[in-house]
Amino acid sequence: MTIKKTLLASAVGAAMTAAAIAPAAQAETTLSMAYDADPVSLDIHEQLSGGILQLSHMTFDPLVRWNQDLEFAPRLATDWEQVDDTTLRMTLREGVEFHSGNAFTADDVVWTVERLKRSPDFKAIFAPIDSVTAVDEHTVEFTTEKPYPLLLNLATYIFPMDSQFYSGEDADGDPKDEIVKNGNSYASRHLSGTGPFEVTERQQGVRVVFERNDDYWDEESPGNVDEIVMTPISENATRVAALLSGDVDFIAPVPPNDLERIRNDDDTQLVTMSGTRIILFHMNQERVEAFQDPRVRQAFAYAINQEGIADRLMKGFATPAAQMSPQGYAGHVDGLEPRYDVERAKELMAEAGYEDGFEITMMAPNNRYVNDAKIAQAVAAMLARINVTVDLKTLPKAQYWGEYDDRVADMMMIGWHADTEDSANLHEYLTACPDADSGAGQYNAGNYCNPELDALVAEANLEVDLEARAEMLQQVEQTLHDEAAFIPLHWQDLAWASAANVNIEPIVNVMNFPYLGDLVVEEE
Amino acid sequence: MIAFLIKRLIHALLVMFVISVIAFAIQDNLGDPIQQMVGQSVPESERAALREELGLNDPFAVQYLRFAVNAVQFDFGYSYVFNEPTTDVILRHLPATLELVAASTFLIIALSIPIGVYSAIRPRAWLSRFFMGVSIIGISIPVFLTAIVLIQLFAIGVSWSPFPADTGWGAWLNDLVSTNGGMPAYGRGDPVPVFGTWETNFASLEGLTYLVLPAISLASIMLPLFIRLIRAEMLEVMQSEYVKFARAKGISLRRIYFLHALKNTMLPVITVGGVQIGTLVAYTILTETVFQWPGMGLMFLDAIERSDIPLIVTYLMIVGLIFVITNTLVDLIYGLVNPTVKLTGKPA
Repeated sequence: MTIKKTLLASAVGAAMTAAAIAPAAQAETTLSMAYDADPVSLDIHEQLSGGILQLSHMTFDPLVRWNQDLEFAPRLATDWEQVDDTTLRMTLREGVEFHSGNAFTADDVVWTVERLKRSPDFKAIFAPIDSVTAVDEHTVEFTTEKPYPLLLNLATYIFPMDSQFYSGEDADGDPKDEIVKNGNSYASRHLSGTGPFEVTERQQGVRVVFERNDDYWDEESPGNVDEIVMTPISENATRVAALLSGDVDFIAPVPPNDLERIRNDDDTQLVTMSGTRIILFHMNQERVEAFQDPRVRQAFAYAINQEGIADRLMKGFATPAAQMSPQGYAGHVDGLEPRYDVERAKELMAEAGYEDGFEITMMAPNNRYVNDAKIAQAVAAMLARINVTVDLKTLPKAQYWGEYDDRVADMMMIGWHADTEDSANLHEYLTACPDADSGAGQYNAGNYCNPELDALVAEANLEVDLEARAEMLQQVEQTLHDEAAFIPLHWQDLAWASAANVNIEPIVNVMNFPYLGDLVVEEE
Repeated sequence: MIAFLIKRLIHALLVMFVISVIAFAIQDNLGDPIQQMVGQSVPESERAALREELGLNDPFAVQYLRFAVNAVQFDFGYSYVFNEPTTDVILRHLPATLELVAASTFLIIALSIPIGVYSAIRPRAWLSRFFMGVSIIGISIPVFLTAIVLIQLFAIGVSWSPFPADTGWGAWLNDLVSTNGGMPAYGRGDPVPVFGTWETNFASLEGLTYLVLPAISLASIMLPLFIRLIRAEMLEVMQSEYVKFARAKGISLRRIYFLHALKNTMLPVITVGGVQIGTLVAYTILTETVFQWPGMGLMFLDAIERSDIPLIVTYLMIVGLIFVITNTLVDLIYGLVNPTVKLTGKPA
């Protein structure tokens, strides 16, 4: 076990009750964990990716964050109020210090949002924010040009950076706040946040060491981990072996094939959760004339057995889907169930005049999503039952996306997780009428286009009454379902595993950024 | 000798050139590096700007020429993922790989010579038959599987209880067929810094425990091959006239085996060995992946996954260089062992 105790602590601990132990002699708790990849940079504005967000939550704090029920919990913002339709005022926490010792103020928030608006990866999602102003030292005001209902969703991405620390020039004469994608920058090597951990050592691809921030503001947090050693282990079998052998205390993700093995092991625990990443197939209407007929698309939707795929192929490690929005999203329609009915599918094909079927090409990645290539094979086999012959090709992800952008196959697989944790995002990228200028429908490989739905989503994005907004988005989801705009397969489940004494259940969430600052490791 | 070295230098440059052209030519099939650098929802305009900035829109010849001009000055570009010069990245990962290769080479030499010689001298002994049998299995098991089995047996541990555990003998037998685990399952642990970026696993007992399983896995490919090679060569030498003559003269068997016979056995073994060291470096890709050994092989696989073209090209060139260097060294050693070999390659 890597949970080390100092000699002194064990000696004292054996003789005295826990309450009598002097703070200086308390056990040092080290958590060693293995993820499939390490963050590409220490600059949290360089790339919008899961790895970077995980790093952000360890070393910074957002203004607000999601709790396990997908509700907002205050962090560096303690309070917020909608002043009018386009203004949101936030009260900031007082007495918070950055790792560098600088005090956290409203100016840091303004500075951070301005930097986000310069970041290639983040600027698009921050475009609705018109300006941010510091009203006083602990109050900021966000103004948007038009009413914008997702400001709090955006606030989960605002991790205030230490503006003093990142200002000025580094040894090479480059500005410390520059965002460099390919090359060195000060921010990609140095970090000062308000978060529960500081980075003390980093060897990219080998390990990152985090030390507990002794002056962390959140004194109510039960977290008791003093040091985290994070190792990237990309090989699934090795990551699991490292946990089972006790070399690491916490791993993610857990490969589906090893779920049972970990569940059956007494020394480890497994936590799974229905995820928010939807896996779906697009049917390209531009390449295949038949796909322009809604009956054919519906027939395809009836022919595919989502439950079967989730059950057998994914071993229960997926939630079958009949829409894009997972439970908890504004647009989620409760009644929609997967419609598997081969007879009905055959009828629809006959009605549309394709009784004898036709031939299509299909493409899927083979190392991007869980079991992606196998899922594609299963779907191809299911389509064969309605006389559709599928020419399937699977590719590694490095090559797949280029082909995807070029829309080279009639049916293509994609998985999507909404950056804003909101249904409108799903529609905008996956089913909106493609428009190269605005970027709408950037991943709509089906070329499905329904301007009415686009208008409805645009309207929803101006609606600050969240209930009315949800109704609009649900209407969009229902229409997409009725017209079988795409074929939803499932939401990929999430899994984490840890040693039995590492209490990960309260700190993991569907966004897949564990709140490690709150992690409790029990003494053995 | 000098002529030989110059010839090899030209040879090396030619190899580098060919590798770089091939690596450059296939880069379009390696995938889009931009895709790995940005989030999924980043608009096309930002991607295009980045592509332009990295010079990926230039024609092949322009890109290659730019690379070649810099490469001549030992500047192989920046890694897209590590954001540092590719040579720095590779130099940092090189020690781990070299140590792993060194440890397996040591295992191969230390085990293959005595086992090979023994099974040639006593071809009918049960121990020889056992070694031959095991080596057949060893050749046919992929290194990946060997590594995973080793991890299961010695890192995780296997508890097996086919015998009644409540009896003394049963518990003892159960214990015998079960393993405890406890060996490190991944990584290098805390290697001891030597100088610069060189950290070594050889300097501490703890470091050595991290080396054991990966080194055995890597050696498992070559070890059976060398045992069989040495045995076959030794058997042949033992049949030769001069060994028979030496025996007739009454020279001690030990002297015949280890001085006269072994020396001649080693000639072909060195040739094969030299080539195989390069292969060993190539096989580190698999071993390092399974053990998350932070060396060049693991780095290379990551680079492919992320379409880090500059790093891929530099890696291929450096591995090419290692091949050329080991082959040159082998030829030099060959000359030392057998002075009749002429290095310039002219007929003797």
